[in-house]
Amino acid sequence: MTERKIRVLVAKPGLDGHDRGAKVIARAFRDAGFEVIYTGLRQTPEQIVAVSIQEDVDVVAISLLSGAHGTLMPKVVNLLREKGADDKLIIGGGVIPDDDIPALKEAGIAEIFTPGTPTSVPIEFIKANVRQ
Amino acid sequence: MDLVQLVKEGNRVAIARLITRAENEDPEAIVALRQLYSETGKAFLIGITGPPGSGKSTLTDKVVKELRKRGKTVGVIAVDPSSPFTGGAILGDRIRMSDLALDDGVFIRSMSTRGSLGGLSKATYNTIQILDAAGFEYILIETVGVGQSEVDIIKTADTTVVVSVPGLGDDIQAIKAGIMEIGDVFVVNKADREGAERVVIELAQMLELNANMGDWFPPILKTVAVRNEGIVDVVDKIIEHQAYLTSSGELCIRRKERISNELINNILNKVSAKITDKLSEENFWDSQLDEIIENKRNPYDVIDRIINGILQ
Ligand SMILES: Nc1nc2c(ncn2[C@@H]2O[C@H](COP(=O)(O)OP(=O)(O)OP(=O)(O)O)[C@@H](O)[C@H]2O)c(=O)[nH]1
Ligand SMILES: [Mg+2]
Repeated sequence: MTERKIRVLVAKPGLDGHDRGAKVIARAFRDAGFEVIYTGLRQTPEQIVAVSIQEDVDVVAISLLSGAHGTLMPKVVNLLREKGADDKLIIGGGVIPDDDIPALKEAGIAEIFTPGTPTSVPIEFIKANVRQ
Repeated sequence: MDLVQLVKEGNRVAIARLITRAENEDPEAIVALRQLYSETGKAFLIGITGPPGSGKSTLTDKVVKELRKRGKTVGVIAVDPSSPFTGGAILGDRIRMSDLALDDGVFIRSMSTRGSLGGLSKATYNTIQILDAAGFEYILIETVGVGQSEVDIIKTADTTVVVSVPGLGDDIQAIKAGIMEIGDVFVVNKADREGAERVVIELAQMLELNANMGDWFPPILKTVAVRNEGIVDVVDKIIEHQAYLTSSGELCIRRKERISNELINNILNKVSAKITDKLSEENFWDSQLDEIIENKRNPYDVIDRIINGILQ
């Protein structure tokens, strides 16, 4: 059996304009040896879930700038559960107020990374927490 | 319920999981593939290759949509290169196929070459088997296309579509040499750009020179994939080629060749792994060398002895 590769979907839902942040994190993940599935801008939660399933990713990394994190991220978690694919690690990144973080974790998001976090932090988090 | 049964029923979570196991060379995947084998051989395989950025993914998206309009189900395997330094990869072909994510008649899987050089990954063949067994009628394989490395696709696909674009300059000369023999359908994409007609003429001239052509003369089609122009013709020609392969018996020949290649590769891999094991046994190799140097044994006997030991 060859070394198991960690597969990560970097998703950028919502309507806000650019995906610079998502691309930076995608490159950092690749450089950490991960296989990164990148789907571009404006993905709906339904699309994110469909892609996560087909690609059988270990990690769904959701990057968000707009304020919709409160509903969007939990929706992804719930849809994955519905489809019987809830063994994935789901993490989020973006401008997310501290006050909102406990509720997101309660909803099943494993960790939230706010702007300014070095990319090594989510990388180490993934390596430590990914499904075996 | 077990994975094999779920894959046969087209369960997407199960299909995806089995592909992952095949990619990781998990022995359980081989057990499942053995059981699935009798369900395979029904899908028609279309390879799409061409230089980086020529529009392969965009074209794949549009071809899939046209096949869907015709009532067909489609699996897609999109291969991108892995980084030689970290082994990681960014798999971005899906960016051009966003609309297909929610179509239940389509299953798309992105793959990294994981170091393989021929434009496909080692697991591509097994992934085809899985999608085939799951009942997808057409399977499109988008390969990494860089010069020589398209060769794998001809060994794998039933119909190979070669994409070129205007404005490649001298590159096209280098690419042409390798691709003229492998294309069943030629597409000149980005025909909205200047120079498309010239590429068509050049390709036509190269094709005429190609002596060992059978009864199928590869068509050359212009497309503007981003605007969905010329796609119906591409799909028509693919279906025509499929009919040709079937009626001429060529399909059987190609598939036999594909199985032959796949078997040889696998046998060589297994044997070479055994040899590596044997040679890394403690002191074994070193003692053989010493005996040869001291003229106690000749190298020819040593070779025979090792080979016979492994093959029995
Ligand atoms: N002008 C023009 N641009 C096109 C056409 N088809 C695709 N493109 C653009 O070409 C770029 C590359 O398209 P892709 O479909 O990603 O090309 P690809 O061959 O799959 O690229 P790799 O997988 O990276 O090798 C994108 O920006 C497309 O929008 C076309 O017919 N005309
Ligand atoms: Mg592509």
